[in-house]
Amino acid sequence: MTNVAVHLEAQQHSLQAHVHDALASGTVHTTGQQHPIKLYLVVWGWLFVLSTCSYLVDYFGLHGHLRWSLILLFMVLKAGLIVAVFMHMAWERLALAYAILLPPVLVLVFVAIMMFESDYTHLLRVIFFAPAT
Amino acid sequence: MAETALTNTIEPPARPGGWRGIAADWSSDQRAFKNVSWGKAMMWIFLLSDTFIFSCFLLSYMTARMSTTVPWPNPSEVFALTIGDKRIPLILIAIMTFILISSSGTMAMAVNFGYRRDRVKTAALMLATAAFGATFVGMQAFEWTKLILEGVRPWGNPWGAAQFGASFFMITGFHGTHVTIGVIFLIAIARKVLRGDFDVERRGFFTSRKGHYEIVEITGLYWHFVDLVWVFIFALFYLW
Repeated sequence: MTNVAVHLEAQQHSLQAHVHDALASGTVHTTGQQHPIKLYLVVWGWLFVLSTCSYLVDYFGLHGHLRWSLILLFMVLKAGLIVAVFMHMAWERLALAYAILLPPVLVLVFVAIMMFESDYTHLLRVIFFAPAT
Repeated sequence: MAETALTNTIEPPARPGGWRGIAADWSSDQRAFKNVSWGKAMMWIFLLSDTFIFSCFLLSYMTARMSTTVPWPNPSEVFALTIGDKRIPLILIAIMTFILISSSGTMAMAVNFGYRRDRVKTAALMLATAAFGATFVGMQAFEWTKLILEGVRPWGNPWGAAQFGASFFMITGFHGTHVTIGVIFLIAIARKVLRGDFDVERRGFFTSRKGHYEIVEITGLYWHFVDLVWVFIFALFYLW
């Protein structure tokens, strides 16, 4: 009885080791990321267009909210194209995509906190350290 | 006996997608990231941590710029170059942006040829990427020299808020370091590709693990991340 149990356990161990080896050596993941070259070239072209657009925002000297919203728009579009296509995130399973993409979004909370903080610092500096005129 | 058991168990079960897939993957045994190798998952997690580092730099820059009572130097004028007789705003930074985007394009294609096991094309495209990267670092060195000669220091500059220099050197310096490391990484892997290490699954000298063409994609992930960070620096530091 105990002999059989030991034998079974040993078998299970070797099986696990085998599966683990297969996973580690990448035999389970043989296909890789295969996409047509044309897709990369199209994205490349779009990145050039978007970069040119964001440069033109500065070249034509746009100001205020129009400038800021355009800069942010082109920035987000470029970042999205790079992450989704060049880094293949569009084809990964959602478990990975959410694990990697959600945490940086939380940085926006930090941004909001620091905006309040720097407004406050600015206010104090204006009140107490303004150059006497 | 063990072999028959193996063939029965190793058949990949169909994995659900969507939210059900996330729940299934994260609650499953052993691995949360299915059909992604450990190397790729670890590179993604490293890049996530690097994202936080650069986020902190950009945040401290934002805080400095928002809280100062002295006007911020206009980057459009600071980084202008006189070519011929015309003074073109931000032209050097624009060229650097295009160079880095081009390097991302060649890198993406290198990954593609890597999975097709085209040794020569993969290595050539990786070396082209490295050359673009080295050019970028060279232009950054030129930019630093120019600004230092004009009197920009981490504690002050001739045009306005003193924090400008500290933010500039910290952010672009850290990014330039990343590009430099990427160039070294690219050249090292390109050499292995060219030598055929991944065709014969030669073991690495340091890890003693068999090499696969997937390392080209992992290198690519790092390189695209460097480009990605530049997108944010370009928008938030140079254009804002």
